[in-house]
Amino acid sequence: MRDRILSIIEKNSRIDLKELAIRLGAEEIDVANELAKLEQEGVICGYHTLINWEKTDIEKVTALIEVKVTPQRGQGFDRIAARIYNYPEVRDVYLISGGFDLLVTLEEKSLKEIAQFVSEKLSTLDSILSTGTHFILKKYKDHGTIIDEKTEDEREVITP
Amino acid sequence: MTKPLSTKVENIKPSGIRKFFDLVSEMKDAISLGVGEPDFDTPWHIRDEGIYALEKGKTFYTSNSGLKALRVEISNYQKRTQGIDYDPMSEILVTVGGSEAIDIGLRALVNSGDEVIIPQPSYVSYLPCAILAGANPIVINLKEENNFKLTEEELLSAITDRTKLLILPFPNNPTGAILEKDDLEKIARICIEKDIYVMSDEIYSALTYKGEHISIASIEGMKERTILINGFSKAYAMTGWRLGYACGPSKIIKQMTKIHQFAIMCAPTTSQYAAIEALKNGDDDVTMMREAYNERRRFLMDEFKNMNLKCFEPFGAFYVFPCIKEFGMTSEEFAMKFLEEGRVAVVPGSAFGESGEGYLRISYAYSIENLKIAMERLKKFVDKLRN
Repeated sequence: MRDRILSIIEKNSRIDLKELAIRLGAEEIDVANELAKLEQEGVICGYHTLINWEKTDIEKVTALIEVKVTPQRGQGFDRIAARIYNYPEVRDVYLISGGFDLLVTLEEKSLKEIAQFVSEKLSTLDSILSTGTHFILKKYKDHGTIIDEKTEDEREVITP
Repeated sequence: MTKPLSTKVENIKPSGIRKFFDLVSEMKDAISLGVGEPDFDTPWHIRDEGIYALEKGKTFYTSNSGLKALRVEISNYQKRTQGIDYDPMSEILVTVGGSEAIDIGLRALVNSGDEVIIPQPSYVSYLPCAILAGANPIVINLKEENNFKLTEEELLSAITDRTKLLILPFPNNPTGAILEKDDLEKIARICIEKDIYVMSDEIYSALTYKGEHISIASIEGMKERTILINGFSKAYAMTGWRLGYACGPSKIIKQMTKIHQFAIMCAPTTSQYAAIEALKNGDDDVTMMREAYNERRRFLMDEFKNMNLKCFEPFGAFYVFPCIKEFGMTSEEFAMKFLEEGRVAVVPGSAFGESGEGYLRISYAYSIENLKIAMERLKKFVDKLRN
């Protein structure tokens, strides 16, 4: 049941408990308990909304920043990662294999703000060797959802 | 021209669905729950394989029986899901959908006047194909009280010394009924005893919600008398690719291949390459789709319960078959009125045989959101009829 709950609410966290129980063929109370457990255990970390900002009047610029760092004795990358993720404007921080170490994503109102963050806050941190900033020009697919997907049903209306 | 056309063909009634189709197409605001195909797109890796085949210029005929690599994968699939061994070289034929396999299977087996037993409600093509093959169709009217399963008694009472073939359409379109192991064993015993061939249409085999599907061909003594028909349309959401297959004893497959060779040549090449990918790497997609269907099935059953609409619980395919006898209308009248007043299209059960009268086929190959709106409309409609 756990797997199914997670895969359903990953797509739609607003589904109501009753419907979820019906679809899973389970009792409402059992589903509620399982959800509570998943939250307690930290398996479910939050319920977010996927927004296509393009369709609003609100300006948003997203940047992916490659960061090369010197890992620190005894603490590896954790300490420097914490110094970065504690900035509220930072959305994601991942430790990455390959040509650089951390991938940081940032969402701001303008290019200027992102440039400011990188040059004033990020690059000046100790143990940061270099950064490379990429701006997102267009989102085709986000969190498994194709943005602007046409969902028209093209099937014949009645078939045997 | 004044010379008459084929009387046999002219006497065949057009599908009862057609008239309805024209009506629904006119209504732009109507929701349709009338389709017999998945709402999912073919999984991308399968489509990609088709594109790749085109890019590489694989645009020629294949061998009549189908690509050998595909027949090997079909053989593996039947082995791993049913435990049946089919020789890819002589016991498998790739066809243009399961529909072609039904047609040529009948033509390969039937002599004029042979009786073919067709349980109904069932898919619309068995009866006309049997007639075109020169058979004398014997219909068994399946009953809701038996969960629309084929029972021993029903089968025995339909068998005569002219019986050649039993068509076994489970998991069933339109009822959603399935046959389980003990049901199949009883039927198998009779077929062996009476020496009857079986055409087992298992196109919905991947979509069962109560244990895994079992093929009658897997029962001892049955492989030698069974044409197993399956395909890619329902399991892998590949209806438009037009690809199916028949497995059976080489002496039957050999005759079917002859008809296929002269009438069709070979199944579409692009589709065959895509189908190899489906069988090799498509299990997870099937699981994902089956779970989605199952959730919708439970949702609809719960909705029917809430509106007190009688419906036996189906465990296969993607249809529910609620009973509407309480309203004193034919299923066609009901469907018509529901379309006009409720703006939802469903298929009258009578389109699938006389025994479908009094029922509706509702497809759940639609998103939950769509089904919710349709069920709200159905509830409103039913409430109004009852008052």
